[in-house]
Amino acid sequence: MEILKPAMAGTLESSDAQVTVEPGEGKIELSLESSVLNQYGRQIRQTVLETLDRLGVNNARVTVVDKGALDCTLKARVECAVFRSCDASAKNIPWGGAVR
Amino acid sequence: MIPRPTPDRFRLRRSMIFMSAQKPGLIKDAYIYGVDSIMLDLEDAVAENQKDAARFSLYHTLKTIDYGDTEVIVRINGLDTPHWQEDIRVCVAGGADGIRIAKCESANDVHIVEKAVEEAEEEFGVEKGRTLLMAALESPKGIINAYEICAASDRMFGVAISGGDFRKSMQTTFQRDGIDMVYARGAMLVAARAAGVQCFDTVFTNLDDAEGFEAEVRQNKAMGFDGKSLINPKQIRLVHEIFAPTEKEVVQAEKIVRAYREQSAAGVGVFTVDGKMIDIAFIPGAERVLKLARACGLWEGDLV
Repeated sequence: MEILKPAMAGTLESSDAQVTVEPGEGKIELSLESSVLNQYGRQIRQTVLETLDRLGVNNARVTVVDKGALDCTLKARVECAVFRSCDASAKNIPWGGAVR
Repeated sequence: MIPRPTPDRFRLRRSMIFMSAQKPGLIKDAYIYGVDSIMLDLEDAVAENQKDAARFSLYHTLKTIDYGDTEVIVRINGLDTPHWQEDIRVCVAGGADGIRIAKCESANDVHIVEKAVEEAEEEFGVEKGRTLLMAALESPKGIINAYEICAASDRMFGVAISGGDFRKSMQTTFQRDGIDMVYARGAMLVAARAAGVQCFDTVFTNLDDAEGFEAEVRQNKAMGFDGKSLINPKQIRLVHEIFAPTEKEVVQAEKIVRAYREQSAAGVGVFTVDGKMIDIAFIPGAERVLKLARACGLWEGDLV
């Protein structure tokens, strides 16, 4: 998927993450801020990159502000932000396909 | 991925707690409360501009978190919104045990949802008929059509009244003695029993009024409800206590069932237990008490 415009999903509440995607400059640029960066930074980064890869996103600036989200929450927030940036978040989501 | 077992249409459902599907902090460990059913909410608890986000969150929650024996139901948006079709797709794809139809007013509403569920089961390769349904009655029309709603589908396991909207449409407010909804609760119970499905009461919203809550749950039990909708984990324990049979009821039920088996084998139809007349009409009730007692962990027997 191509990131067409800036979009955001998630909140700054505990156990959540706020993910922003913006059109990139030819690659994925990920900036991560987390309350558990030392323990889980690598895992969070990996989950976010894998999710973007599954969605076929390879050109985006991605900002994640993590408040201790589980992997499943991180995935959900990244996916929602990407689909929102394409105005495609409201229906016909490929559940079990690219979203899994 | 957690493959949830095939849902049981008539399992124990004393307590059913509402949780916003959009709040990861809430839903990630909801199974620890020991509640019978969790109701993940896509409807009123989720703001209009977060419906999409709630679905992504719901999908991964259903696929990732092991809720164990806790049943997972999802409340979808009303049929008068642009959201319900995608809500159904995500529920079925994620493997929710059941779907709660909001603002249900007719058998036709159930049929519309049933058709969309069937299509989604087909689309996502889910066993046909797996996804159960229940209906929330929130309007006078819903109460009047309660029987046709309860009997509309083999997927229907129960029906619940939603007090907030119902009281508004009846121009009344919460009353401590329950007079505001005495007819609606009664009519819904009669319809549910006639159709052979379960029946659940509305939420009690004043968390500071412990006495009022207890009185309402006792009245629910006395009226014959199967369970109650809840908004806070601290309400669960009391509901389980009140809906559990008393020790005396269990002892009595066991005696009745045993005596009935012996007497009927000897060709006797009517007899007495502890001075009370017993015949076949008492047996289903006694067996139900024993099943409930076993489900509550109060009785270990093999009579039923």
